[in-house]
Amino acid sequence: MDDLNALREELLAAVESADSAEALEELRVSALGKKGRITGLMKTLGQLSPEERRKNGQALNAVKDAVAAAMEARKSALENAELEGQLAAETVDVTLPVRPEAEGRLHPISQTLDEIIAILGEMGFSIAEGPDIEDDFHNFTALNIPPEHPARQMHDTFYLPEKQDGSRMLLRTHTSPVQIRAMQAATAKKDESGIPLRIIAPGRTYRCDSDMTHTPMFHQVEGLIVDRTGRIHMGHLKGCLIEFVRAYFEVADVPVRFRPSYFPFTEPSAEMDIGCTRKGGELKIGAGDDWLEILGCGMVNPKVLAACGIDPAEYQGFAFGMGIERLAMLKYGIPDLRTFFDADLRWLKHYGFLPLEVPTLFRGLTP
Amino acid sequence: MKFTLSWLKDHLETDASLDEITDALTALGLELEEVHDPAKDLEAFTVGYVVEAKQHPNADRLRVCIVDTGKEKIQVVCGAPNARTGMKGVFAPAGTHIPGTGVDLKKGVIRGEESNGMLCSEREMGLSDAHEGIIDLPEDAPVGEPFARFMGLDDPVIDIAITPNRGDCLGVRGVARDLAAAGIGKLKPFKAAEKIEGTFKSPVQWQRDFPKGAEDACPMVVGRTFRGLENGPSPDWMQRRLLAIGLRPISTLVDITNYVTFDLGRPLHVFDAQKLEGRELTMRLARAGEKIMALDGKEYELEDGMTCIADGKGLHGIAGVMGGEESGCTGDTTEMFLEVALFDPIRTAATGRRLGIESDARYRFERTVDPASTLWGAEVAARLVLEICGGEASELSIAGEMPDTDKKVTLRPDRVKTLGGVDMDVEGQRRILEALGFAIDTTEGQIVATTPSWRPDIDGEACLVEEILRVNGFDNIPVVPLDRDSALPEQILTVGQRREGFARKVLAGRSMMEAVTWSFMHDEQAKLFGSVPDSLRLDNPISADLSVMRPSILPNLLAAAGRNADRGYGDAGLFEVGPAWRDDTPEGEDVLAAGVRTGRSGPRHWAETPRSVDAFDAKADAMAVLAACGAPVDNLQVSRDAPAWYHPGRSGALRLGPNVLAWFGEIHPRVLKAMDVKGPAAGFEIFIHKVPQPRAKGGKTRPLLRPSPFQPLGRDFAFVVDAEVPADSLIRAARGADKSLIADVRLFDVYEGEGVGEGRKSVAIAVTLQPTERTLTDEDIEKVSAAIVAAVAKQTGGTLRG
Repeated sequence: MDDLNALREELLAAVESADSAEALEELRVSALGKKGRITGLMKTLGQLSPEERRKNGQALNAVKDAVAAAMEARKSALENAELEGQLAAETVDVTLPVRPEAEGRLHPISQTLDEIIAILGEMGFSIAEGPDIEDDFHNFTALNIPPEHPARQMHDTFYLPEKQDGSRMLLRTHTSPVQIRAMQAATAKKDESGIPLRIIAPGRTYRCDSDMTHTPMFHQVEGLIVDRTGRIHMGHLKGCLIEFVRAYFEVADVPVRFRPSYFPFTEPSAEMDIGCTRKGGELKIGAGDDWLEILGCGMVNPKVLAACGIDPAEYQGFAFGMGIERLAMLKYGIPDLRTFFDADLRWLKHYGFLPLEVPTLFRGLTP
Repeated sequence: MKFTLSWLKDHLETDASLDEITDALTALGLELEEVHDPAKDLEAFTVGYVVEAKQHPNADRLRVCIVDTGKEKIQVVCGAPNARTGMKGVFAPAGTHIPGTGVDLKKGVIRGEESNGMLCSEREMGLSDAHEGIIDLPEDAPVGEPFARFMGLDDPVIDIAITPNRGDCLGVRGVARDLAAAGIGKLKPFKAAEKIEGTFKSPVQWQRDFPKGAEDACPMVVGRTFRGLENGPSPDWMQRRLLAIGLRPISTLVDITNYVTFDLGRPLHVFDAQKLEGRELTMRLARAGEKIMALDGKEYELEDGMTCIADGKGLHGIAGVMGGEESGCTGDTTEMFLEVALFDPIRTAATGRRLGIESDARYRFERTVDPASTLWGAEVAARLVLEICGGEASELSIAGEMPDTDKKVTLRPDRVKTLGGVDMDVEGQRRILEALGFAIDTTEGQIVATTPSWRPDIDGEACLVEEILRVNGFDNIPVVPLDRDSALPEQILTVGQRREGFARKVLAGRSMMEAVTWSFMHDEQAKLFGSVPDSLRLDNPISADLSVMRPSILPNLLAAAGRNADRGYGDAGLFEVGPAWRDDTPEGEDVLAAGVRTGRSGPRHWAETPRSVDAFDAKADAMAVLAACGAPVDNLQVSRDAPAWYHPGRSGALRLGPNVLAWFGEIHPRVLKAMDVKGPAAGFEIFIHKVPQPRAKGGKTRPLLRPSPFQPLGRDFAFVVDAEVPADSLIRAARGADKSLIADVRLFDVYEGEGVGEGRKSVAIAVTLQPTERTLTDEDIEKVSAAIVAAVAKQTGGTLRG
């Protein structure tokens, strides 16, 4: 038995001192291989009496297991050491900058419009469209702006060349002609399924005006609801627009004010202001002692309904319109309207939005 | 529209504070623009008594004055020639901001004499241009009293915005009427209109001479002659009010016309009767080329059909716009002929616009003047003239007739609720309308309102509802939440609108910046991008470089890239999703996604070397957008026929059969040169709306995924083909060799040069085979390989590279 203990100690010491996978393998062969020392001892067991064979066999197996386990442990220790050495050699400077990444941005007009659509879409509005090059009927006459109406002067219209029949196309001065087109399309449906109508119409608009606060092209969103008389009145108009500005500016208690105003295509007409403070040149939307005009609105003028073939005795509704750039400027603190159309990369990066910032009411409108 | 608080109170009996009044104005739709209290600017200026004024010892033109300010005696050096002992003047202590010079007054020593304040001229006070001397106040001016209070300048000036439908509020009385209706005091009776009997027949008589159909140019004109007048400066109270609203006092007769214009919204004109020729003054249409020297000192040439005022010799006024200088009243005028006319708003507006004249009269006539004022205007004017200038007034001369302004509008009282959302009984509605001047008759539960002559804008039931809501206050309309389910939207966005959003997000995700550029552009640059029909040329462009509707978005983006390069940002990736035009019909407007990349693919970097942007950047952008829009990108054909603004050898079209979905490629160097943009530049134009619409129904479920349990395996092939053979056709040939087995074909190398022969190229592809039923045997693989080689040979003439 002492011999076995000595063998065990000797082999374990040898395993511990093996300094490479090769040395370890050599040792394994010499101890556990076919001609190994432990294998050799195993072979002598057959000459012993059954009782001794069992006793010695157990002892010998214990030694064999201990040596095999030690070898396994030594092997993985050696492998670990080798891997660590290799990894140490592979060290890089992790402070190096990463590979160039995409830096694209969406224009604030797109983002603002997406926000508006998220809010009004939730209220049941769907999007209607119309052409930028309009005719006089849709842009003016159907909207109760006859040829000599003083309101036409306020519009600074861009005109295209006169046609043979004397008519002239124009660049739409507001998105309101889309109201007309939407109502005409609704009445064209024979089964009256076109009404109730609940649309918003975003788009480019044009006025022949250019200075600090005007650009010859800008964007508006128009809203229109037409329903049976009595179902939609001024109270709903207020409810809808108050909810809109609160959601858009994300100020739950923003004060609002409706002022009587005048638009040929609505009657009664109103302008909506929201409360704000102006301190040291900085504008803050919310409670305050100052007011900021935000949009124009009103009940659709019965003459406009009639011009679209809708019976004003049976139907009524409301409409509103607002400037997208203005809403973007107010919410995101963009100071100069003219910069919107300059495509300056520095501006686009600074005021633009990441494409994954999809505005929704439930997950948050604004990044 | 400007007026002062005291002026308003001439018409309105009220105890309301200034704030209550201005809040009520805005709530009525007469939006407050500004309240200006001139007394605030002049707070520091007080009445001072010059105890002593003696010659400055060291300066001939200066005097050293001791001024009693009421609190103390202060030494002031003064350069005014009229400074003298015993006078009363306007004193400003050191530290005062002097409005006329914009400078803060400092203590100083002038030529050795201390000066601790200033005696002011009118110019220094910002009151007028007079600066010959210091203000000489009357002897009874109380020393120490604020100058503004003593002069009655402590009258706040209120400025309100008037919407175009409210011509009636272009006079103070109209504003007062609205305020009274809203409960801010009581409208005072209109005494000024009481009739004044003439004492003689007017030697000048009005005539109207219009062709049939044009009588409405001036339906009525009233006049009268005044004689024995003294036309000096107008009284202080009138001058103060005119100055307060920014009008320059001229002479009593002229000031009266301005005063009545603003007081009652009634423009007038006064002629010096002695400068008129003959006994008649005629309203008629002008003949082209007739000229008039107007009161603004400029000569105007009238056009056919403009309304004018003429005597036997020539023109004396442009109707409703401006009077003539020749017959204008001056300080010497003793005999005056008055014009109180009614002019057609549309003609007046057109004439004013054509001649480029803005005047207070035109402003009112084009917003309609109360027809009834044509008669009472002659009485109002007479009262003021006789009171101030003395003399006597003739009987009236009247030509034409007052148009019938009576209009009855019916209001069903429940409309205030069903349209306006406000519960109000009939009595409440009647009270408001009557306060606004409507005559009300209630029969059978309906309100029949006769509109007052000054409200031609009222023409329907909705107008009456608006009047009631407005006076009652929009704040009092209860807020009702919008009923969400009254109109369930089918879908908020159409397929096309969703695609525009996808295009934006895809391109921004591919490191491009979204731009929004003008819809119009420079004619010359537009020509580089196809022809622009005449129907797309603006008649009145804002500038020559924005004169045609853009035929393409690319030029604007290229120009923007050029501007960015000039700023030092040469590597640009810009895109825009927006319209471009082929013609002026709605169908001629395409919404497309376009983009350009210029310069290099990225910044210099330690791990990646940037390269010049090329056609494949643009092609990748276009394909990514088309994929997001649902186009079958694997099946798109690529043809070489991109338009002329692309590099002819490095551009193409992505199509589905005859349907072009996109153009892409490097921009033609000639275009870049013409636009002065530094290359390289690659761009694309994607017709996102031409991507086939998804099937409307049943297309939502996807085919079941059946992943194969067998390993895919890859085989590489290298073919030698003619250099002209498009790589695409080789890939298609290989892919089509066995559709059940070949899952993917990728091209990984193209080689031209040594070893493949002149005019030939080697194209290497990696084919992925995906068995679905069993593991492939060597025989299977041989078979499919042979099929690939055969298909490529047949379709491209290619042979396996040896």
